[in-house]
This record gives sequence, structure tokens and C-alpha cells, in this order.
Amino acid sequence: MAKVICECGYSNPEGTDLCEACGKPLNEKAKQQTLVDMRYEGVARRSQTYNKSIVDKVWNFFSSVKVGIWIIILTLLASSLGTIFPQEMYIPNNVSAAEHYQEEYGVLGQIYYTLGLHNMYSSWWYMALIASLGISLIIASLDRVVPLYRVLKHQKVSRNEGFLRRQRMFGEMTVPAGENQLEAAKHILKKRKFKIREEGDNLVAEKGRFSRWGPYVNHVGLIIFLTGAMLRFFPGMYVDEVVWVREGETEVVPGTDGEYFVENEQFFLEMYDENDETFATALERAGGNIVETFQTDAIVYEREEGGTIGEEPDLQELKRDEIRVNEPLTFDGFSLYQVDYKLNELNVMSLEMVNRETGESVGELQIDLFNPESEYDLGDGYRVVIDSYFPNFEFNEEGEPSTISSIPDNPAFIFQMFSPEHEEEGEYSFVGIQRNEDVFGENDYEMSFQNVETKNVTGLTVRKDNTLPFIAAGGIIFMIGLIQGSYWSHRRVWLKKENGKLLYAGHANKHWQTLKRDFEALYEEAGISPPVDQVAEKEQAEEKKKQQEGGS
Amino acid sequence: MEQLSGNLLLTAFFLYLLATILFAVSVTGRKWRDKSGDMTGNKWGTLGFLAALGGFLFAAGYFVTRWMASGHAPVSNMFEYTTFLGIAIGFAFLILYSIYKSNVLGMFAMPIIMLIIAYASIFPTEVEPLIPALQSYWLQIHVTTTALGQGILAIGFVAGLIYLIRTVDFSKGGKKVFWLEFIMFSMLTVAAFVIIRYAFNIFGYQTVFQYTDENGAQAEMIYELPPILGPNNGQLIQQGSWEPLFLLPEWIRSDDANTLVWTFAAAIVLYAVIRLLLRKPLSQFLQPLIRGVSPDKVDELSYRAIAIGFPVFTLGGLIFAMIWAQIAWTRFWGWDPKEVWALITFLFYAAYLHLRLTRGWHGERSAWLCVIGFAIIMFNLVFVNLVIAGLHSYA
Repeated sequence: MAKVICECGYSNPEGTDLCEACGKPLNEKAKQQTLVDMRYEGVARRSQTYNKSIVDKVWNFFSSVKVGIWIIILTLLASSLGTIFPQEMYIPNNVSAAEHYQEEYGVLGQIYYTLGLHNMYSSWWYMALIASLGISLIIASLDRVVPLYRVLKHQKVSRNEGFLRRQRMFGEMTVPAGENQLEAAKHILKKRKFKIREEGDNLVAEKGRFSRWGPYVNHVGLIIFLTGAMLRFFPGMYVDEVVWVREGETEVVPGTDGEYFVENEQFFLEMYDENDETFATALERAGGNIVETFQTDAIVYEREEGGTIGEEPDLQELKRDEIRVNEPLTFDGFSLYQVDYKLNELNVMSLEMVNRETGESVGELQIDLFNPESEYDLGDGYRVVIDSYFPNFEFNEEGEPSTISSIPDNPAFIFQMFSPEHEEEGEYSFVGIQRNEDVFGENDYEMSFQNVETKNVTGLTVRKDNTLPFIAAGGIIFMIGLIQGSYWSHRRVWLKKENGKLLYAGHANKHWQTLKRDFEALYEEAGISPPVDQVAEKEQAEEKKKQQEGGS
Repeated sequence: MEQLSGNLLLTAFFLYLLATILFAVSVTGRKWRDKSGDMTGNKWGTLGFLAALGGFLFAAGYFVTRWMASGHAPVSNMFEYTTFLGIAIGFAFLILYSIYKSNVLGMFAMPIIMLIIAYASIFPTEVEPLIPALQSYWLQIHVTTTALGQGILAIGFVAGLIYLIRTVDFSKGGKKVFWLEFIMFSMLTVAAFVIIRYAFNIFGYQTVFQYTDENGAQAEMIYELPPILGPNNGQLIQQGSWEPLFLLPEWIRSDDANTLVWTFAAAIVLYAVIRLLLRKPLSQFLQPLIRGVSPDKVDELSYRAIAIGFPVFTLGGLIFAMIWAQIAWTRFWGWDPKEVWALITFLFYAAYLHLRLTRGWHGERSAWLCVIGFAIIMFNLVFVNLVIAGLHSYA
């Protein structure tokens, strides 16, 4: 690799604009500028130096901040597209997505659905955008941080005059005999928490260099974050299941390989007290119905070691807790969240078999609507057989009785009633909510509805997310880097005494007003006249010129 | 307590009005301008700062007393959040003023704070009980941090606006003048909306329509403003109002559309009157008043505000948001519209910082970006809450 040797003796890598040690402009471009480009201290960056192989080209593409900004803007625009209509996960799940978007949003909805924008954030092209953002973060950071670290480490105290004169803040003055501004400046800057280094008649005061690493630290955080987000696609890292548990029942927790079980002792919801004076107006406006609490009293069990598979497992109580919105129950990396409920689900129905003529009951049966028995013996030659059971009854398209689901929201039965009078064939009766019909001709007996027991059901989300440590670490590192880079600035003041003259210059990576205040202090306390802000001066000159043109 | 809280907020509002006047005097009063044109060291600015400080203290009093009255941090609905955003801008102003001592910043920030607080008061102001999803201490942590971040970013917008008014060349006209005037008009529109709602409210105006809704059912709709646009098959069932000029189809919220028509009509009238009085665009009228302001300094001020506000917004609007979402909604990220727009805000300011740091977008271009950034924040506050329904629609 070719090296560029500066007159100060330092050997710079090929492509360097400003000598890493003394800051002397090394090439024609840098020499011709009135102000040096201090963005990366004039270091040689790989992306600016090599452009031959395919690796160089890919590297150069992704190392460009311009490309990075385009990726950010494209991600931004793409993200906004997905909010025009709700994403598929937020639409009601009892209709097909295609129908839903068309019915709710017309032609635009159809287009939205056809373009796949209803599931945009998991589309391949959105993922590709995020991935290229990640690649850009890595390459652009590496391209800059390595040489920047080197140059800030190797910078010399004594700087080339050309470097100083080309700083935004530059000043010079003749030093009156017998005065030692250098010494005075050193004390003032030290008091202002600058780190001072000296070399003969040269001095550099530096402050807040660590803030230069802020952007790279926060990029590392982002990369960890994105890696964490990617890990979700590996099996076992992420569990997202729903379990419905009826009061008094125990269900296996899905996603745990039958290891854990959850019991719902009770579920309830509480409303805000309508007579509460504080919220009187608001409750009136809402019609008095604002839910205060959704709660499941839950017990989590762990399967005992050594139980035989297939048998009823032995369960060991692990944790007993109240699950509310905002208060999940957590065990062994799993969390159970209160997300849904169903009140008063039908559970046990009791019916009596009645002799129509006498009105006498010949026996009662209790049907577990989730697990009905096929036959109920009432004694004395009376028995009831369930011929058909429709938990959620409807007449289907052919006009046949059928069921929509296995949840007993609208249970209906065809009973076969056996009695001493009808020993052989029995009598058929169709019984449902608000229905009681004889199937074949007039019956002697009927099934009379007595009573129904209901239970509340809780809907819990089961979640395990092993990517969280990555997400959290990424987030924390990102925040640290962001604060490091935003709330501090890197400021340097150079002073150089040469041939009875004092040259001084200053550089801040941002917040120049603060640097100007440092120079004000040097003026007031050490008599070093304020340097010229060469950028502001140029701007003022331009504005004056513009005004004159406008006036004439 | 709720009454006291309301009075404290009202006092704060008038203190911000006082601060506006004091800062305006400090900037425009020619007598105190020094040689180089910088407005330093005159006492009006200090008085303005004290009024702004007073405004903030009274607003903080509102916040504390309302919290005591309702038992939860008052950031749970549109009125409370928007008011808090106004207070946050006031606080952000105090921080930036203490660094840059810029009176012109006060002259522009104060009226914007007033506008936002006034806009907030149009929403129902009574204290509401918290739904289960909001019952968490993360409510105050996440929401206040986000609002503070947005407040500081808003100061970046104010400084950007000052930069544009100060530097745009009006003699040439063109796009820049148009868009600058558009910003002015937008702010007048908010003012017009507030004025018109209050005007009809004072006279207790209300009328009720019976109409056919989108499901074909009969329903009633209350109008707070006289109907220019009526609902689908609307029949007035209350006397004392004129008949609507047009009836709208069922898929448009006619009361909102009606309010929109009123607002724009009022805004156009308001703008026309001001324009006739000034005989030039508003921003052009303002330009000579702030001639003494250094563009370079407001540019840096605006950048500083963004640099301070961006991490705060990220912390509140993304990181705290994700922590709470993991607790309340079972996942730290779910592509809810408000989440997405917080991400968009984040990406936008990230792009701003990169453009500024490495592509040298200073001054004018940077100022326009600050304006767009604030527009995104306002979009997320108003549009995403009220129009795009999602998990965050608490208004």
C-alpha cells in the first residue's frame, strides 16, 4: 500500500487529505480549499480510495451516507403506506381479508389488498429494506470509525499553519513582549475542563472527544437490535399462542410441550362505579359503562417428572397469581397475558323428561355441553339417548340442522326418549333454545328445559420471547450512543506561537456557539482577541451582496 | 380540585399571552437595538422570560392538581395530551432560552404554545377514568417523555420557521414564499377553528339531526356549529337553526365535514382581513421585524433543539413505548398506526441529522426539514388519533 509521507515525518495511508498528525493539506483538493473539510478529519476512507473489485463497489455503495439516507427515506415512505388502512392482524378475523378490504374501503381497499399492503411489514421487500438499512449501518460505520479512531489518536499538538488557517475559527495576533498568553490560555482552558497537551510553543486543548464515538455506539446498538428482531424467525425463540380457559378448568399451556398447565379459578370484569363523583361527567357521556378491571385468578402447574405419557398427568402447583391487563403472570420465560374473555358461556344444561298427560317428571338429566354422554338412564325403564347434538345450531345451506362450531353458544339436541310405553323405538324430540318440537308425530313425553349453568371464560395470550435480551441490550446501547453523541460536543482549541505571533484556531463538531464562548473567555481573561468565524463572515458578505443586488 | 386545575391552566394561558407581548416588544422595539443589530441586554426579554416561566409554573400547577383530582397522570386523552404537549413546548423553550437567550424564539414559541393549549381545550375536558390498558405507571413515564421530546423538537421547528422568515427572499416570490405563507395560514386555521368553536359555544349553540347511518339505521347527530352540510337524509329535530345547504352521503362524518367547512371559511376570512390590513403576506410583514436576528444563530439553535429533543423522543416514543407495549399488549412492537408514525418521526429526524452532519444541509434546507418534522408530529397527534383508528385512539 502506498504511503504519503508528510513533511512532519508522519506516514499517512493513501488517500489522506489532511496529515493525520499535523493536519497539513496533502493533496491539491485540500490545498485549494479556503476551509478544510473537518468532517472526518481528512482521513483516508476505504470507500473514497478504492473502487476496483466488486467488493469495493458494494462497500462503496453501502458506505455512502447518501445511500443510507435514501434507505431511511424509503423505509419511512414504505412504513407510512401500511397505515393507510389497518393491517390484516387488526381486522375482524371472522371474514376473509379480501372481502373485508373491499367491503370496508371499496376500490382503494381492493388495491391495497392486491398489492399486499395489508401485510406489508412482513413482505419480502419491506424486510429487504430493513436488511439493507442494517448493512448500510455496519459498512458506513466501519468505513469511518476505524480511520477516525486512528487520526484522533495520532493527532499531534503542533499543527501545520495551513491547517490552522483553514479552520472555521481562526485568529492571529502579535504577542506583546513579556506576555505569556500561552500560559494564561492553558489555565483558562483547564478551568473550562479542557484536556491540555503541550509541545514547545504549541498547545492543544481538547474536550468531549468521546462524543465522536456516539454515532458508532448507537449504530452498534441498532445492529444488535435488528439482529435480535431477526432471531425471532429461529424456532424456539418465540412463542405466540392463545389459550381459552373456563372457570374451574385446567388447560395445558400451548407452546410448552405439555410441560405447564394453567387453571382459571375465576374470571371477572369490574365496571367503574357509576356514582363516582370524580368521573361523573365522563361516565355519563360513555353511558356509564367503562371497564375498570379484567382479571383472571390463575394457577400455573408444572407436570411432575416421571408421569406416564397418556395418563392424567400429576401436576405440581408452581405459581398462583392474578392476571390483569398490564400485569401478566410470568414463569420460566413464559408470560400469560389477559387479552380476551367471554362471559356467561353455557356450560351445563338440565332438562326434565315429562309425561305430557300427567305433567309429571320422570327424571332429570344434566348435560355437560362440552362433553355430553350418549345416554342418560333415568331409572324405571326411562332413559334418554342423545341422537344428535349441535353445540352452535343452524340450518345449513341444504336446510339440514348443523353446527357452526363446537362452542355451545346455541345448543340444540335431537333426543330419543325411551319409556315403558315406547320401549323399542323411543320418541324423537328436537330441543334447542326457544325450540321444542316433536320430530315424528305427537309424542307422549317431552324434554322440558329446567336450568342452565354458565361459566366465564378467559382468553390468555401465551408469550415467550427469547429475543428480548438482544432487543433490550440493543436499545440500551443505542440510547447510550445517542446521548453520548448528542449531549456532548467535541471541541478543540489550538494555539501556536511562532516568530512573535500567536496563531489560534478552534474546531467543534457541532454547537459552535459554545466554542465561541470558550474564545470569549480567552479574550476576557487572557487578552486573546476573538478569532474570526470564517463561515459566518462569508455568509454575511453574501447576504450583503444579495441586498445590494436587490436594492439596485 | 378540577375547578382549580382549570383556573391554573387559564392563568398559564394568559401568562403566555403576556410573554408573547413582552418578547414581541423586546424584538421589535427599535430603541434597544445595539450597533450590530443584536437584541441583547434589554429588559423586555427578561420580563418575557419571567412571564414564560410563570406560565410554565401555573401550567405545572394545573398538571399536579388535575393529577390529584383524577388519581392518574393527566395525559390519558386528547385534551390532556395536547395540553401537556403545549406545556412541554413551554418547558423546552425555557431550556433553549437559557442556552441561547433568544428573545425572538419567545416571540414565536409563545403564540404556538397558546394555539396548542387552546386547540386542546376543544376536546372534552372532564376527567375520565382509565381503561385497563392504561392502568400502569408506564402511562406517565412513556407519555410525558414522548411529549417532552416532541416539545423540544417543536422548538426546533419554531427556530427553523424564524430562520425561513428571516432569510426568504420575498422580492422573487415563488414556491418558498408560497409554502412559508402556507405555514402561516395553517396556524391561522387552527386559530380560526378554536375561535369559531368558542364563539358558538358562548351562545350555547347546538342543534340535533335525525339521519340514516351507514347501516341504514336511524340515529341522531349533534351539531355544535350551524349546519352547512347535513347528514344523510338529515332532518332537523330541534328548532332554531337554518336548514343545511347540502346533505352528505352516509359514509362521510357530516358533523366533522361541517366543522371543516366552517373552519376553512373562517380561516380564509381571517387571513383575508389580516392580509388587507398588512397589504402583504404575513411572513413578509414579519421579516423586517426580525431583521436583527442572526440566521446562523437560529440555525444552530434549531439544530441544538433537534439534537436535544431527538434522544428524548426516541426514549419516550420508541423505547419506553416498546417496554410498555410488551407489558400491556404482549409484544413490544405491533405495527399499530401510532407506533408506525412514531417510527416515521424517528426515521425522519434520523435522516435530518445525517443530512446535516454529513451532507451539509444547513440553514434553509435544514429549516424546511424542521417544518416537515413538526408537520409529521402534528399529523401523528391529530390525524392518526382521530382518523386512522388504532390501539392508541383514546380521544
